[in-house]
Parts: sequence; structure tokens; C-alpha cells
Amino acid sequence: MATAAAQGGLFRRPTATTGWWSWVTTVDHKKIGILYCATALAFFVIGGIEALAIRTQLAVPNGTTLTAETYNQFFTMHGLTMIFLVVMPLGVGIMNYLAPLMIGARDVAFPRINAFSYWVFLLGGLFLYSSFFLGGAPDGGWFGYAPLSTQLPGNGMTFYALGLQILGVASLLGAVNFIVTILNMRAPGMTLMRMPVFIWMTLVTAFLLLFAMPVIAVALFELMFDRVYNANFFNPATGGDPVLWQHLFWLFGHPEVYIMILPAMGIISDVLPTFSRKPIFGYAAIVFAGIAIGFMGWGVWAHHMFAVGLGPVANSAFALSTMFIAVPTGVKIFNWLGTMWKGDLHFNTPMLFAIGFVSMFIIGGLSGVTHAIVPSDAQQTDTYYIVAHFHYVLFGGAIFGLFSGLYYWWPKVFGKLLSEGLGKVHFWLMFIGFNLAFGPMHILGLEGMPRRTYTYPDGMGWNLWNLVATVGAFIIAVSIAVFLVNAVRTKRKGREAGADPWDGRTLEWSTPSPAPAYNFAEVPIVKARDDFWHRKYVVKPDEQVTPVVAGGAVAAHEDEHDPGHGIHLPAPSFLPVLAAPGLPIMAYGVIYSWPLIVVGGLLLLLALFGWVLEPSEVEH
Amino acid sequence: MATGELTPAVHEHHTSTGLDNTKMAMWAFLGSECLFFGSFISTYLLYRNQTADGPTSADLYDIPYTSVSSFVLLMSSLTMVLALAACHRKDQRGMRAWLLATALLGMVFIGGQIYEFTEFAHEGLALSVSPFGSSFFVLTGFHGAHVTVGILMLLLLVGMSMFDRLGPDDSRKVELIGLYWHFVDIVWIIIFTVVYLIPS
Repeated sequence: MATAAAQGGLFRRPTATTGWWSWVTTVDHKKIGILYCATALAFFVIGGIEALAIRTQLAVPNGTTLTAETYNQFFTMHGLTMIFLVVMPLGVGIMNYLAPLMIGARDVAFPRINAFSYWVFLLGGLFLYSSFFLGGAPDGGWFGYAPLSTQLPGNGMTFYALGLQILGVASLLGAVNFIVTILNMRAPGMTLMRMPVFIWMTLVTAFLLLFAMPVIAVALFELMFDRVYNANFFNPATGGDPVLWQHLFWLFGHPEVYIMILPAMGIISDVLPTFSRKPIFGYAAIVFAGIAIGFMGWGVWAHHMFAVGLGPVANSAFALSTMFIAVPTGVKIFNWLGTMWKGDLHFNTPMLFAIGFVSMFIIGGLSGVTHAIVPSDAQQTDTYYIVAHFHYVLFGGAIFGLFSGLYYWWPKVFGKLLSEGLGKVHFWLMFIGFNLAFGPMHILGLEGMPRRTYTYPDGMGWNLWNLVATVGAFIIAVSIAVFLVNAVRTKRKGREAGADPWDGRTLEWSTPSPAPAYNFAEVPIVKARDDFWHRKYVVKPDEQVTPVVAGGAVAAHEDEHDPGHGIHLPAPSFLPVLAAPGLPIMAYGVIYSWPLIVVGGLLLLLALFGWVLEPSEVEH
Repeated sequence: MATGELTPAVHEHHTSTGLDNTKMAMWAFLGSECLFFGSFISTYLLYRNQTADGPTSADLYDIPYTSVSSFVLLMSSLTMVLALAACHRKDQRGMRAWLLATALLGMVFIGGQIYEFTEFAHEGLALSVSPFGSSFFVLTGFHGAHVTVGILMLLLLVGMSMFDRLGPDDSRKVELIGLYWHFVDIVWIIIFTVVYLIPS
């Protein structure tokens, strides 16, 4: 079957569809999505262990668990891990699996680039972590403020500059891929305003990545030249300006916040309607609010720099724009409340996590508004109040939303339902542990406890709440263990899910679980928003909803003999996984010895050369 | 113009917007590149007078020289257009000739840049001398790297055409690399204006 496509490339095309090699050479968006999520969960455990070490150190005054040096490495790597190796790739993984299914496509626009993005992401993460074994990890904070970051001894911050650069390549290519996929690969009838909200938020996220990644790339290149080649971008002694780093970093960094939260917002915008048995309330409003956040997210970055001294005009302008961006965010919250209002609510695990998202995100949003007020922010800057705030939006928000998505789509991906009982234990433990860990940090911050300090003296009145926060962190760890147990148990004896276990509304539920390689035996013709729901139910003139006789179009082709025959699918390829190591090899070359830059560059070049010559399709 | 998407051989390129996937991807990528060069140009503008005790732009820039190399690069956009036109006429030989001409003009530009860099280095400018030196070399260096990547892609196109790996209908690859090439040229127009022509 692959004979025609096998000729012409540098290699024989890989043909395995199961087993280890099939995962290495896959270009299937579903397998890549699973790889992304599994890798991100592994990094989640590592970043969590770093967090536990930090909390153990801070549990009591004058803690001795970590030295100051190790503490600096751990809090820096905890931040980098959770942002770049957990929240972003979990979002990307879920997008990968679902975006083509939800728009009725057979794959993403560029399947091999998609695989390349994954391998670059994985190797970028490993590159960053290899620093622990090569003289010390980055220790200047995830924000890498110059001139500290240019002057810290050792290679830690060079690993930071290069590691994030590699991860940025993966994100940028992913962004291009998803923009083209969503705009160009929609099934007939899937107009933009019929797309699920998750797809809209994915699209906005992709545009944010597209324009934010080059800005951080420039900042990181400048840092790299300063550190490795003695350039003077951030060296005040020769007239360089460290504030330039802050502007470039936050011009990326604030859109980055929305890059992390918008996919989670999209997820719960699909979960809440399903478990409320109602369409999303105010579809156009929630879509446009998401787009508005995407635009306004570019005009608020200096609220991270209120303590720098930019002057009253700049501070006031950014204070106003920051308060203003709370408006579209508030619109979304009312959309979610309106969706649940008078709904037929089903409190399954995905729904619990979605409600957890909404409630925790409101707390984080409100404390965010307090930072927008400049005098108030001047008191809060660099205290634990900030740590409390961003964990409420990024853990209480993004992580809860992403877990909602994992529970919701797990049966679609693996064909089996995660245990509801363990799922609820996971949710409640995580919810309680989260609030115990991060709620008290508001108080600690207002009492003046500085962040990024490896220990604190006795008698400051901070002892109790630090201990509570540490207990909370360990409860979160237990909840994650419950989730992992649930995942393993489900693989062995989970309940079969069938195509549509939740009475879903969107196209991914119309195809069997797990989704076949070709996604849809026939490309769906979309006639309405929530098209799949309309295939299952009829709304009578008196607004009475009745199921369509004979069960509608639920996975009609499931039992047909080999329904995917004759469908053109992208063929597996060795080249993405061969090209990806070129980047980390070049990065090691920058740190250790320049010939490696040439070696890595040539590897990348040759693999891309083979890539261009390789035909991309094969008949299934 | 007749790109491949209407022919049955490339039926999968039927898209929701009617735009070709690869072309949309290239436009998106170039949009991203605007922010990339924009950030470097902003850095340069911030630092163009931060010369520490090193040479200043007035000491270094040779406007007539750089004007000539800029003209060479601009002419390469013309030859790129001619290459695409030949490709649309299905004139593979003509296309190869114009692609080679484009690559050669690009190489002349890069050669000129290498000469300029060494001259500036002789006169005492280096990354480590001043923020002006850092931002000048890194901005123009990254532009040069983009031109170099473009040259490699042009040569690859020529090679593919010579070994019949470029179908007669496959004008899309030529068009894509053309888009990239024109973009890099436009960036140079901005760099030439902002970096060389605006006096310090």
C-alpha cells in the first residue's frame, strides 16, 4: 500500500502503525497529541517535585532542606517547567488531538511539521533539564531579569536563553500549523461562527504565539550574545539598558499569560454546555471576548513593571488598559454562569473541574485587578501576594481547565472512561489542597513576606501560614497521585466509553472512540453550530427537545468493514525526529564548542533537505 | 494565476478559504518575522548613539558602498519575479537561470556584508565594544543569515528542477520561496533606511 510513496525519499518510508517505531515516526495528530500530553504530565510531576522541595524548605523558618543556590535553581526551573513544559504543551496536546476532529478534518495542515514541533519541544525540555547535570540549572528566575541574568556565573542562564529559544521554535511552528489548519481545513459547512469555542480560543492562542514568540526570541538572542559573546545589550557600564530586557520580556510575557489561559477557557466553554445540557450562552459574545483579549493582551505588559519607574503617564496608561482587559474576561465569566443557569446540571468530574476553574479564576482575576492599581501594586510587588495571584489564575485557572479537558476527552482518546469515583477524589483533594497552598499566600504577601527568598527568620508572624501552604502543596501531590492511579486503573479495567459517553455536542463525538486514524470515514457536512447535537435531537416548535428516531448518526460507520479504505493520509516519516536534534546540538555548541554548531546545523539542513524531497502522503 | 490547486493531481489542497495551505503558512510566518526584525530594529534605535568610547556610525558607514550592495539585493527581487514568470510559462531552463541569478545577486550582497563587517572590525567596532556595536552586528547579521537561508533554498530549487524533482505544475514552491525572498529584501530596505540613512 505504501509502495508508491516509498520511492523518492532519502529513506524507505516507515510503515509501522503500532509499536514503538510507530510513535517515533508518527505524523498522526492524535498520536502527537497523546505524546504531548504524556510528556507534559511527566514534566508536571518533575515540576511538582521541585515545588514540594520549595514548600518543604519554607514550611518552617530558617529551613535547611535546600541551600540558597539549589533553591534559586528550583524556583526558576519550577516556573520554567510549569509554564513552558506543562501548561503550554498540555494545551497544545489537547489542541492537537481535538482540533482536527472538532472541525471535521483528517489531520492538521502540516503533519510532519507537527511531529517536528513535538520532538523539538521534547528535546528542548531535556536540554533545559540537562543543565542540572552540567554545572547547575538556570537560577535567575523564569523572567531572567538583566543584568542579573547576564552576570550570574556558570552556564545556568545560558541554558535558559538557549532552552527557551528551542522551545520557542516548537511553539512558533505549532502556531503556524494551527492557524492554517483552523482557517483552511474545516469540513464543508463549518463556518467560523459554527466552530466550537475551544477551536476559536485555539486560533486566538495560535496568533498570540505567532507574534509573541519572535519577541522573546530577540530578547533571548540578546541575552545569549551578552553572556557568550560579550555583547553589551544589557550592560549599563557601556550604556546598555537593562529595562530593554524587561520590555521585550513582558511584551512576550503578558500575551504568554493568555496563551496559557485561553485554551483552558476554550475547554470549559465546551465542557459546561455538555454537562448543563444547554448550548453555550452568548456564543458570539464569548468568541469576541476571546478575540478582544487577544488584542488587548498586547497593551498591558508594563503592568509587570510598575515598580521600575516608567513615570506617571506610562503607569496610568497601563493601569487603565489592565483594568480594561478585565471587561472581556468578565464577559466570559457571565457566559459560563449563563450557560449553567437553569441548566440540567450533571456533576461529572470534567464538570467539577470546569466549575473549579470558573470559581478559582474569579479569585485570581480579582486579585489581578488589585495589581492594576499602581499604588496598591507598589505594595504587592515581589511579595507572596503576587505568587498567590498567578497561581490562582494559572493553577486554579489553567491547570483545573486542562484537567477538565483530560477527564472530558479521555474516553475519546483511549476508549475508556476514567473512574468517576477516583476522579471526584482527585478533584476535591486538588481543590482543597490548592486553596490551602495558595490562599494563605495572599495573607503572607500582605504581611510583607518577599518572594524568591530561600528562607525567612522566626518571629515575623509568617510561620503558621507557611506551614499551612506546605500542607496544601502535599495534598495537591496526593491528588495527582490519585489521578495517575486512575489513569493506570482505567487502562486495565476502565468502562468502555463508546463513541459518545457524555451526550456531546461537537463533531469529535460523532466518530468512534478511540478515533480511527482517518478520523471520519466520511467528511461530515456541517449544518449548524453544535452540529452533532442537532443530528441527535429535534427541537419541536413548542421548544420540546426529542431525540431523533434510530439514534441519529452516531458513529454509523463503526462496524462497517474497513471503512477507511482509500483515504489519503499523511505518511509516517523519520525526518522530523532526525531533524529535531539539530537544534539542541547547536545549542550545546554555543555553550561548549563552536564546531558542534556546525554539526547541528548540518544535521538540520540535511534532514530538511530530505524532507523537501519526501512526498507527504500515502493511501490508507 | 494557475497554481496547482485546481489540477486533480493535488486534489487535497482544496481549502476552506481557497488560499493554498503552504502560502497561508508562509504569510503567517512572515508576519511573525515582522516582530522579530521589529524588535531588533527597536533595539538598534535605542542604542544607535550608545557608542561607549568605540567608533560611531558617522565614523564607519560608507553610504555609497552600502547603496550599491542594497541595489544588488533589490535587483535580486526583480530576477526572482522573472524566475516565477518563467516557471508559470513552464520554461524550466529560464526559471533555473533566473533562480541562479537571484542566488548569485544574494551572494554578492552577502559578500559585501562580510567585507563591510571586516572593515568595521578593523576600525574597532565589535559586539563587545558598545551597545551600538552589539545591536548593529546582531541586527544586520540576522538579516544576512536570512539571506543565506534564502540562497540555500534557491539553490535547492535549482537542483530539484535539474533532477526533475520539481513538477512542471509545481510553481508553488517557487512562489513560496519568492515570497520569503521579497520579504527579506523589504526588511533590508527598512534596515538601510533606519540604520544607514538616518544620521546619528
